[in-house]
Amino acid sequence: MTFLSHLISGISLGSIYAIIALGYTMVYGIAKMLNFAHGDVIMVGGYMSFIAMIYFGWPPLLSILFAMVVCTVLGILIEQLAYKPLRAAPSLAVLITAIGVSYFLQNAAQLIFSANHKSYSSVVPFGSLRLFNDRLIISGTTIVTIIVCIVIILALNTIVNKTKIGKAMRAVSEDKDAAQLMGININKTISITFAIGSALAAVAGVLLCSAYPILMPTTGAMPGIKAFTAAVFGGIGSIPGAFLGGILLGIIEILGKAYISTQLSDAIVFAVLIIILLVKPTGLLGKKVLVKV
Amino acid sequence: MRKHMKPRFYLTLIVALVLCLAMLAGCGDKGTKKADDKQAETSDDAAPIKLGGIGPLTGGAAVYGIAVQNGANIAVEEINALGGMQFKLNFQDDEHDTEKSVNAYNVLKDWGMQILVGTVTTVPCNAVGPESYNDRIFTLTPSASSPEVVEGKDNVFQMCFSDTNQGIAAAQYIQEKDLGSKIAIIYNNSDAYSTGIYEKFSSEAEAKGLEVVSTTTFTEDTANDFSVQLTEAQNAGADLVFLPIYCPPAALILAQAKDMGYKPAFFGVDGMDGILELENFDTELAEGVMLLTPFVADATDDLTVAFVEKYKDLHGEVPNQFAADGYDSVYAIYEALKDSDVTAETPASDLCELLIGIFTSDDFVFNGLTGDNMTWSKSGEVAKSPKGIVIENGVYVGID
Repeated sequence: MTFLSHLISGISLGSIYAIIALGYTMVYGIAKMLNFAHGDVIMVGGYMSFIAMIYFGWPPLLSILFAMVVCTVLGILIEQLAYKPLRAAPSLAVLITAIGVSYFLQNAAQLIFSANHKSYSSVVPFGSLRLFNDRLIISGTTIVTIIVCIVIILALNTIVNKTKIGKAMRAVSEDKDAAQLMGININKTISITFAIGSALAAVAGVLLCSAYPILMPTTGAMPGIKAFTAAVFGGIGSIPGAFLGGILLGIIEILGKAYISTQLSDAIVFAVLIIILLVKPTGLLGKKVLVKV
Repeated sequence: MRKHMKPRFYLTLIVALVLCLAMLAGCGDKGTKKADDKQAETSDDAAPIKLGGIGPLTGGAAVYGIAVQNGANIAVEEINALGGMQFKLNFQDDEHDTEKSVNAYNVLKDWGMQILVGTVTTVPCNAVGPESYNDRIFTLTPSASSPEVVEGKDNVFQMCFSDTNQGIAAAQYIQEKDLGSKIAIIYNNSDAYSTGIYEKFSSEAEAKGLEVVSTTTFTEDTANDFSVQLTEAQNAGADLVFLPIYCPPAALILAQAKDMGYKPAFFGVDGMDGILELENFDTELAEGVMLLTPFVADATDDLTVAFVEKYKDLHGEVPNQFAADGYDSVYAIYEALKDSDVTAETPASDLCELLIGIFTSDDFVFNGLTGDNMTWSKSGEVAKSPKGIVIENGVYVGID
């Protein structure tokens, strides 16, 4: 029973990693850049929903929507101001810019919201689920996180595979120049990708803060890096890969902590990553999947 | 192409303008502050003694540095208003980073710092300590609590408890009050503060015959999910969980324990202080949590009441223990120097020898916000007794 409880914790943590990893993987797939500011957009999402709920007194769903709108606008703004002018620049320049944006967001948040930690109230209205005479307790946040993650993956898969904009995304991801020749507006496609990624970041921020209710300007930094690892683990550029990578990373982290050593949990996670990359340099689903977005 | 450039050009222009305005606003603040300082200087003939301060004002640990800076500033203002000896505090940001801390130290040295109030956090303090030791600049850290901070450096003194004392005091307290029979410990093994207390606590607990049934760790990077650690403690049947950690992860542990339906007694140290001041924190979670701390903002003595009121007026929040440490540090230096004839011209090395002499003398006893009858040992550790407090109905209440 303890094992099952650890496994569920792992899947829950992994679901959050997966949602964040989707943002990394989509942007990488289309713009071929690593958006390291993604983790900090999560933090902004957390703060926005916090403000809406606590200061404005809005209901949780409306607050999440508000956070999504703000993050979407922020994502598009970042892309327009920071990344678009560098589209022809070497990828190293874009990478450094992304790190700069990340620091900018963290410090701006600190200036606006102060460095004091804030305690987040969970957006999940119901309590824990108790099974087998209380021997297995699953918190409401865990259940919601896992369900939301699955819904997002399914929705995203539909968008990418079934819609017109999804087709444009796949085309741009495969060959930018050819797509442009076919009349696809590359800038618009990239902007939409950023918008979707940032809206997902807002959802991830809300779920992250609901599960681990402390909010500070660096809240998004470490989950962002872990999710990036998850995206590489699953094969960066692949949507199912991000999902698989995120879930596996969460499970390995929790089980490693539980059964090997709490001191070594991160070392175990990254050791597994290294082994996977040695055996399969493109990540778990890097090659098999033709749909790259 | 040109036409395409235009909207972006305007956007850039607007952003640039906004940034300029923000900078001007910042300058405005500084400008008035400087004018105030000048007034203070001209109101008294004596040039102020230069105190340097170092601590994280930005980054993840900023909450501690800012608190110390605010507390120390209040003390400096009060002392300057008394007339007589004047102080000027120059506080530099180190982002809780060793390299930046040493750079900040060098900046202060160039400025002409005579005494160092810093650094706020332990790891940078271990880097700055040897520098100030070589330069013979008296150093009083408000809150760097590891024993290495003062070890082998006769010029470095602590205002806070050393981790050693806290670990031992916590074990003694738990045993004396019979707070728990089976103890679980969760500590942060990427943090010198947490690890230091844990080590002393566990050896003292063994000596006292306390049964430690589960010891688990986390790091800064894994400070999200504590389900594993709590499950292990629960399975081991722990009825008291000792948390030698800061309040943000402690708040997560309390929330997750509640989700699990696990209800042991929780016992924290001074880092846990401030948990009730977390914005929007559900104080129900902390009901019954006990901790050892040197400073309680709800205390009713005149000194604390006046300080808390002033701090709330200036910064709109209840001061934590770090603010009190900063305040006490400046006052301790003032108490030590007020009867001497030191001036802004006294070389730092002379001041250093003088202050070492005073701080280690048996006659020097300091009463401050963070304790009564504080004395310092030759090694630089402070002797004061921690206060045991418990959280009841959302406020700190003394246990004794």
